Amino acid sequence: MAGLTKKQTYRWLLLFLLPSMLGFLVFVLTPILASLGISFTDWDLLSSIHFIGIKNYAEVLKDGEFWQSFRNTLGFILGYLPLVTIFGLLAALLVNSKIHFKSLFRGIYFLPVVTSWVAVSLVWKWLFNPSYGLLNYFLSLVGVHGPQWLEDPKTAMIAIILTSVWKDIGFIMVIYLGGLQSIDLSFYEAAEVDGASTWQQFWKITLPLLRKTTFFVLTISLINSFQVFDQVNIMTGGGPGNATSVVVQSVYNHAFRYFQMGYATAESWILFIVILVVTIIQMKGQNSK
Amino acid sequence: MMKRHSWLAVLGGVAVAALVLAGCGNKSADNKNAVTTIRFTDFSASPDHTKDLKAMIAGFEKENPKIKVDLEQLSYDDYFTKLQTQMAGGNAPDVFELNYENFENYAKKGTLADLSSYVKKDKDFNKNEINKQAYDAFSYNGKQYGMVESFSNVALFYNKDLFKKYGVETPKADWTWKDEQAAAKKLTRKVDGKQIWGTYAPVTMNEFYKVAAQNGGTIFNKDGKPTMNSSANKEALQYMVDNVLKYKVSPSPAEMSGQKSEDLFKNGQLAMVHTGIWEFSDFAKTNFKWDIQVEPGNTQKATHFFANGFAVYNKSDKKEAAYKFARYMSASKKVANIRIKSSWELPALSSKSILKPYLEQTPPASRDVVFKSLNYLTLPPVASGFSKMSDATDSEFEKVLNKSVSPTAALDSLQTQFKQIQSKE
Repeated sequence: MAGLTKKQTYRWLLLFLLPSMLGFLVFVLTPILASLGISFTDWDLLSSIHFIGIKNYAEVLKDGEFWQSFRNTLGFILGYLPLVTIFGLLAALLVNSKIHFKSLFRGIYFLPVVTSWVAVSLVWKWLFNPSYGLLNYFLSLVGVHGPQWLEDPKTAMIAIILTSVWKDIGFIMVIYLGGLQSIDLSFYEAAEVDGASTWQQFWKITLPLLRKTTFFVLTISLINSFQVFDQVNIMTGGGPGNATSVVVQSVYNHAFRYFQMGYATAESWILFIVILVVTIIQMKGQNSK
Repeated sequence: MMKRHSWLAVLGGVAVAALVLAGCGNKSADNKNAVTTIRFTDFSASPDHTKDLKAMIAGFEKENPKIKVDLEQLSYDDYFTKLQTQMAGGNAPDVFELNYENFENYAKKGTLADLSSYVKKDKDFNKNEINKQAYDAFSYNGKQYGMVESFSNVALFYNKDLFKKYGVETPKADWTWKDEQAAAKKLTRKVDGKQIWGTYAPVTMNEFYKVAAQNGGTIFNKDGKPTMNSSANKEALQYMVDNVLKYKVSPSPAEMSGQKSEDLFKNGQLAMVHTGIWEFSDFAKTNFKWDIQVEPGNTQKATHFFANGFAVYNKSDKKEAAYKFARYMSASKKVANIRIKSSWELPALSSKSILKPYLEQTPPASRDVVFKSLNYLTLPPVASGFSKMSDATDSEFEKVLNKSVSPTAALDSLQTQFKQIQSKE
């Protein structure tokens, strides 16, 4: 923008930013601030609003059901996070190596990422079906009597973790692929000259140089997995019993089934604070290395 | 190079465009001869009876040429979320459908228009023509807040062919739990690798309050305090659970694994099923003979009773037209006839001549059971916080079916949870 003063340039920038800024202000920032306000009230959408101080927060922290769903969420993260990271990295290494139809495989691994959670959940629900599901059919071929998966409180969360890992591998793969391709090939050439095995090259070169990528993958996956909801809501609805109830589902139920908006927003702010704290700790850990 | 004020001109242009677009929304003129359009939402018509609902609306618009009905259909699962959100925004439809379970909550919170004065003024409306129980279900504190459109109940459906094939006596009107269980045991079997179960009823709150009533139990006492762990209730839950776990005459959740009990019945895999009379038209497509009987009780009989009605939004500026539509849907003979022809629940209009064709239709042959069952009707429990209690119950009952909690412990725990929920409301 030659010939424009600095002030004019900013004005033009502002104008072009306006559409997305407006969207952000109206549909993101305002609801977020409003939810903070609502979390101090007893709003039920129908009656008038009363300010009740921190009562909602106090009640959420005392609520056994909330903590149960919090523990379930942590259980999900514990299973999901390592699996999706490891398999995402493996997939990236695989499609980064010298194989035929490289882009075809990349596309195939990425396909679940762009598929809607609703479709994925429904298909996996069918795969996990104990009486006519494909998974137990394959298990029966090798003489294994498959579990009841989604109907058994012991296996329901495992089934949800497997589904989520399968869906997200492609996403993690793409991030790692970017990381892999930014590693200078001369490192490997030098290592080969020195007689390092492929295994040694992976541990001494690839993994350390992917540290930043791994940090990004862990952060983004951790934030996402604290907010796990769609697949749970469709596959088990939190059941059987409350074996798979998760925090966001509790927020959803209180907001749109029991119409306790204050309680639901208090829950979501507590979740926000937890995610914030965990992310800050993670960043500190990253920086100190 | 642009001048300083040129970006202002662009901004101004955007603003004008926005105003023009916004203006398109409200161009209706306040002309007295103009057509009044009322907004209306409904959950009970989709997906099977959309055509019938549209026929009813067409009938109303023909009789009231100055009123146009703008229909928005929703599925039951999304309905109340949407309605309550619209009310929060002050923009709910002028007239909307409510079921009895939710009606009181909406009336209590002052969201519904009091229709008593319209009913009084209305010379064409005679409330004695309407089924009394159904009509009264939509009054609150002595005021009429809704016009009942339809009601339905639940019966014991049974596969006649299976009973005949295995030489079991078909259900009688005086059957008790024991008789049903005994017959179910005889009918449960595996035939050519296909499992047949004797009977089915869901183990959920919706079923439990009725089974409890069949044993003289209730969910709340007269003062509205929870009575979940009464001995009558414990017996009731034990009976429901025994059918699944002890006698295995009902499929477990794992055996159901996502299938609907109605589909198992249609496949000939269920000899008996407790379900609503709204299944008549769907079950008519089966290739075996089936019939219905009044549900067996234990110490007494009790059957479900559901009613749907229309309420008018209290912030509506078209209450008169909205009332007219609600009244039409409740009391018009044309509407009643469409309902009967399509077996879409029972019309609120209860005259014998209207119901005659309903009783003459088959299957089932014993349609009079529908009316006999009305003698034992139990209304769904109404309490603030009930949807949360109901969810807690369903989740606790799932644990019972997983054998991780005993029925007694589940009800004791629910009693505590209900008290907690009530103290927070």
